[in-house]
Amino acid sequence: MSTERIAPPKKRWSWRSQAFRALVYQALALAVIGGLVWYLAHNTATNMHQRGIQSGFDFLLGTAGFDIGESLFAFDSGESLLQAYLVGLSNTLRVAILGIVLTTLLGTLLGVGRFSRNALVRGLCRIYVEVFRNIPLLLQLLMWYLFFTEVLPEAAQAWQVGPLFLSKGGLNFPIPVWELGHQLAAGGLAVGLGAALTWRARARSLFETDGQARSMFWAPLALMLACGVVGWILGGAPTATNAPMRGEFAIENGGALTPEFLALLVGLTTYTAAFVAEVVRGGIGSVSLGQAEAASALGLSQGQSMRLVMLPQALRVIIPPMTNQYLNLTKNSSLAVAIGYPDVVSIANTAINQTGRAVECIALVMLVYLSTSLFTSLLMNWYNARAAIQER
Amino acid sequence: MSTFNAIAARPAPSTSSGALAWCRANLFHDWKTTLGTVLIGLVLLGVLPRLLHWALIDAVWSGNYETCQAASGACWAVVQEKFRFILFGRYPHAEHWRALVCTVMLLGLILASCTRAFWRPWLALLWLVVLAAYFALMHGGFAGLRLVETDLWSGLPLTILLASLSMVMAFPIAVFIALGRRSGMPAIRSLCTVYVELIRGVPLISVLFMASFMFPLLMPQGFNIDVLVRVLAGITLFAAAYMAEVIRGGLQAIPKGQLEAAATLGLSYWQMQRKIVLPQALAMVVPGLMNNFISTFKDTSLVAIVSLYELTGAMGMAMNSDANWRPFRIEGYLFIAVIYFVFCYSMSRYSQWIEAQVNKSKQR
Repeated sequence: MSTERIAPPKKRWSWRSQAFRALVYQALALAVIGGLVWYLAHNTATNMHQRGIQSGFDFLLGTAGFDIGESLFAFDSGESLLQAYLVGLSNTLRVAILGIVLTTLLGTLLGVGRFSRNALVRGLCRIYVEVFRNIPLLLQLLMWYLFFTEVLPEAAQAWQVGPLFLSKGGLNFPIPVWELGHQLAAGGLAVGLGAALTWRARARSLFETDGQARSMFWAPLALMLACGVVGWILGGAPTATNAPMRGEFAIENGGALTPEFLALLVGLTTYTAAFVAEVVRGGIGSVSLGQAEAASALGLSQGQSMRLVMLPQALRVIIPPMTNQYLNLTKNSSLAVAIGYPDVVSIANTAINQTGRAVECIALVMLVYLSTSLFTSLLMNWYNARAAIQER
Repeated sequence: MSTFNAIAARPAPSTSSGALAWCRANLFHDWKTTLGTVLIGLVLLGVLPRLLHWALIDAVWSGNYETCQAASGACWAVVQEKFRFILFGRYPHAEHWRALVCTVMLLGLILASCTRAFWRPWLALLWLVVLAAYFALMHGGFAGLRLVETDLWSGLPLTILLASLSMVMAFPIAVFIALGRRSGMPAIRSLCTVYVELIRGVPLISVLFMASFMFPLLMPQGFNIDVLVRVLAGITLFAAAYMAEVIRGGLQAIPKGQLEAAATLGLSYWQMQRKIVLPQALAMVVPGLMNNFISTFKDTSLVAIVSLYELTGAMGMAMNSDANWRPFRIEGYLFIAVIYFVFCYSMSRYSQWIEAQVNKSKQR
């Protein structure tokens, strides 16, 4: 039996070496992509030069020259285009954040509803999901917009539910008049949050020593709210609100949401909730029944078993696709352009028509969405890492 | 000492099958379920009759807009009046038969591609032939057919063309990108990753804006591409990124032993992918690909924003151009919502069927 070793072949730069071929392929791919990018950039530069289009982002500092239907902060047409972009960005974020919160609530309810004992609840949840996810979002948005601007009554005959008014003019709601009491209440809530966190940390360490489970949610929550209420009472318990009331032509006073905003928010929420419901259903379905049985054998109550055993395991399956749905909702908010809600895309669209700087405007829009997507992904990845199995 | 007394036999359980038992188990199990059933039942009793009255009993099925205004129900007459405009949009009225033939042809091909008998290599050839016929017939300009420019193509034929053609073109791109993302070569891997993440990070509408506003700038002087082709390219590149992620999921599910075994047998990289990896991976991700197809089908409605009048755009144009019928837009919207629903729902049912087919090998 020969024991002599075959010397490893000397490395040569030959076509038969896989490493060499890999290098060549990569260099080729980079060259082709680089060439393509250079070619397109060159064409763009020549075209823009020919047509007398300037480039650069200096136009952002020029005056916008158009008004914006709604904004969180004051804006008029004399201000800079950059300011207009910020208004658009704030509008996008406003609808996206509210939409994500509402979608999560509605979608979870619908997803859990698929496991209901009641056949009517199961059936309705199923019909909801099938109807809402099989019709294009754009069409749904247009229909909601039609509902909010044409089906609803005029402001004079607005529908009233308590202090809320709903009409073609949008939704009007009361807002509290800001006073010392509210500031103290906010301060109290902040102090209460600290106290609640301390409570939880203490309850956890006590649990480690004596194994006695203590309230981890309701007691700290009550503590926090109590601190807020104490602050509110110390400030003289102000109750004054700026409530809307029927005026001659429109609803006056109070806070207001425009029909465009409502249509976009309701449309995005109801559409995405259908997908979230499927995600939640899949997540809960993925936890084996034995887990629930084992939990009840250990003496956990139904609620404890859901909270401590089922949900943490379902969350692992739910979080990644849920992140995708949040990102989809944020990206889909760009459809606002179709119903005239001034989000960042419709501002960019107006800006393109006014200044002709298509390249810069589209680049800005993409930058906004890329950074929002990246930020949401980071946040959800962090949460996912917390919920994931802690392996050694 | 007491004697043994047998207790009376328990009564036989009441029926556990049939409608009554089903109702007891699913609607009136305990007091919570019963309460829910009663509450939901009351709401449904309040809503359903009104809905029925509006949609069917008091509805106007034919007539003009004046009969519609007089009626209290839905105005389905608007669909009868406008359906040709909604379905075919700006396509010349006298030539609608061509659009109809093209739609039926393409739909027939898609339906045929869904059946086992057509899963043969020549299916690709058939697609090429039918697409060529579609373009020829829609465009015309020969054999006495009137020439119809692509900017007049609209309605349902355009929706189906955009959805199917962009998926067909995105598929090969997606396969290469998915392979690229799993490649051992760092440069190629990062190029593919950047592409996928860039596209997935931005909304389709910005890609479409780019296709319609920026594309002319990117091309050399005097080189003009049709807006239909530009939008098609935009949707294709967009769909390819999402599809690549689905396919990558399938590639990841192939055990490493398969690759090692293939390499041991002396297969080259491409042989390995073609004969071992892709057949298994693609079969696994068919449901995901169907989901992709459904969302692309729905996404085609966005091209209405960059002034191509597919189904949604044609419907908006049909309704907004006629002041008399404008108040009945909601019925028009519902009409095309039903069309979209029928397409998407049947695709999702098909996807479930095909999932069962793919899983057949796992069943014993």
